[in-house]
Amino acid sequence: MSVLRARTREVVVDRVERVAEDVVSLVLVNPDGSPFPAWEPGSHVDLHLGEEHVRQYSLCSSPTDLSHLRIAVLNVPDSRGGSRWVHENIRPRDTVPISEPRNNFPIKDSRKYLFLAGGIGITPIIPMIEWAHAAGKEWQLVYGGRSRDSMAFGDRLRDEYGDRVRLVPEDESGRMDLQAILGLPRAHMLVYACGPTGMLRTVEDLCMGWPPGALHTEKFAATALGTASAAEPFDVDLVRSGKTVRVPTDRTILEAVEDVGVRVLSSCRHGLCGTCETTVVSGDPEHRDAVLPQQDRDSGDMMMICVSRAAAGCRRLALDL
Amino acid sequence: MTPSPTADVTSLPDDPFSVANITDPYPMLTRLRENGPVTWLEKYGVYAVAGFEEVYEVLTDFETYCSSGGLGPHDIREDEGWRPPSILESDPPTHTVMRRALTGVINPSTVRALREPFTPPAEELADELVTRGEFDVVKDLAEKYPLRVFPDAVGIPEDGREHLLPYGNMVFNAFGPKNEILDRAFANADEHSAAIMQNCARENLDSTGFGARIWDRVHDGMLTPEQATLLVRALLSAGVDTTVFGIGNTLKCLSQSPQAWATLRDNPALAKFAVDEALRLESPFQKFHRTTTAAGTLGGVDIPANSKILLLTGAANRDPRQWHDNADDYDIERRASGHVAFGMGLHQCVGQPIARLEMELVLKALATRVERIEPAGEPVPIVHNSLRGFESIPVKVVPRS
Ligand code: FES
Repeated sequence: MSVLRARTREVVVDRVERVAEDVVSLVLVNPDGSPFPAWEPGSHVDLHLGEEHVRQYSLCSSPTDLSHLRIAVLNVPDSRGGSRWVHENIRPRDTVPISEPRNNFPIKDSRKYLFLAGGIGITPIIPMIEWAHAAGKEWQLVYGGRSRDSMAFGDRLRDEYGDRVRLVPEDESGRMDLQAILGLPRAHMLVYACGPTGMLRTVEDLCMGWPPGALHTEKFAATALGTASAAEPFDVDLVRSGKTVRVPTDRTILEAVEDVGVRVLSSCRHGLCGTCETTVVSGDPEHRDAVLPQQDRDSGDMMMICVSRAAAGCRRLALDL
Repeated sequence: MTPSPTADVTSLPDDPFSVANITDPYPMLTRLRENGPVTWLEKYGVYAVAGFEEVYEVLTDFETYCSSGGLGPHDIREDEGWRPPSILESDPPTHTVMRRALTGVINPSTVRALREPFTPPAEELADELVTRGEFDVVKDLAEKYPLRVFPDAVGIPEDGREHLLPYGNMVFNAFGPKNEILDRAFANADEHSAAIMQNCARENLDSTGFGARIWDRVHDGMLTPEQATLLVRALLSAGVDTTVFGIGNTLKCLSQSPQAWATLRDNPALAKFAVDEALRLESPFQKFHRTTTAAGTLGGVDIPANSKILLLTGAANRDPRQWHDNADDYDIERRASGHVAFGMGLHQCVGQPIARLEMELVLKALATRVERIEPAGEPVPIVHNSLRGFESIPVKVVPRS
């Protein structure tokens, strides 16, 4: 698997702060103090930690203040070394190469938002909240973690936003009661969830009773550990029509395929009805729909091309189109 | 007491449930669409919406526009209704439980498995009809095919299947007012209802169908036995008439458009697009109601709480603001995606992939065998309170050499 070298810039670590048990936050600035390019809530950067280690971290600073970028890194003991390396080696004034901010988890416009964060999954949610709040949206955050001490930025968010933020430290109040939180679907409310895979599985399951397109997740664990990522553009070979299309980060496979005049039947275009199901001839899909049963996801033979993409490390998909 | 409308809405005397408007609905639907975002229908004392944007808004805001008041013009919470409320007539959280159970049973993988058993019957029927040369799309094909494959997929007994069409006819007609059409549909109501309920009972379902899979959820503790019965009933009532009408309407569009048939014949893989465009243009499920839970505004018009709103989905699917100036044309090259023939949002049809599969297979079987199809007489519209379809669509076909 070759890692495609994205354009990087050297940034200086301005501050390293312990923001929770096992979590450090890095404040990154440009060496000449110049501002960073604009980015949107949900964006992440790749941190290049030597030849082999490329890790993705969500930005948790304010998109309205481009003087610096902030990321937060959880020390995962059994990880492949990226997070531990950051914890053990990064010091203020070090220089690290990072990619430009890219958005794999964009926030869509709606009237109401429910944000669900588990542990370090809070990071992409912070700028989303700031945006929703400034836009005068109705929103709520439920943030769960092992204990208060392990929950980065928890107190700060509570101070800043008051009752809209509900902290659920497991050692005090037990696990987040996702069943109670998601049991009653709400109209025009989008759910943005980020956290450990187990939590996201439950959220996905409970959101099956929600309207199409309500749930948005970033599988933080998966993408944080991936090398090249699903945020990269990739190519799709349309086997039957003999065409190849490039799918940029801001378009779906369905849109890219339609752009070259190949027709695919679709209905909800949100990964919920199954109408756009397409046979995968080769390559690894990353499933982002909510209809395909687990055994089909595992086999990788079928995908919903209105939302799903190529998996981390897969540069090319071939589809039966 | 007849309810009166809020001040800023225009009223019209039109009756969407008159025989004339049912047999030729589109002039009236255009009038309603052009009248404004919301129209007060004097005759029934309900609000009506016909534009795509407003229909979409009501369909997706299930908190303001609830379903538990029933899909008819009458609030079923105020009296008993004629049957226990179905999944279509429920709101979260009750709806959520049932919806999750259903999507666990009907999903891309279980529907994909139907392609194989559903194909041969479509081909046999097509062979027979092509040999005949002249036939009635409704009687000889549309009413035959779904009844041949769908009840088997659900796993109901052979006995009592003759009640499926009349029962669906009752269910969908009840989404309209208490008129003669409804009375006719309910002529043998008790007998049909009893037969259907019996078919939904666990012991009468075979062990491999969708019905049994729904009952498995009772075992998992996800559903109560009553909910399981109601879900099997919902599948049976929602899955037959609509598909019958869908097949008929698609072939009516195609028989009237030689150009479209030629395109399809040259490339039968387009069958699913031809179906989708027909669903948009002649949507089988045309109209039903929602009930407001709170006062609010829709399209700038104030609507009080507990008002009934008639959703004209068939009109929304022809709104030129959404489908361009040729919205009234049958154009299989069009991107019809996003139409609301299957609803949208929380209640979007769970059986949609099965219906699409049945319609696609029938059409493909014909497209590979038929050179030309043309009308052999005027289609006779069906007089029905909520569905759009035909009693008979006589056609002639010329086989491919
Ligand atoms: S169009 Fe509905 S799942 Fe893709």
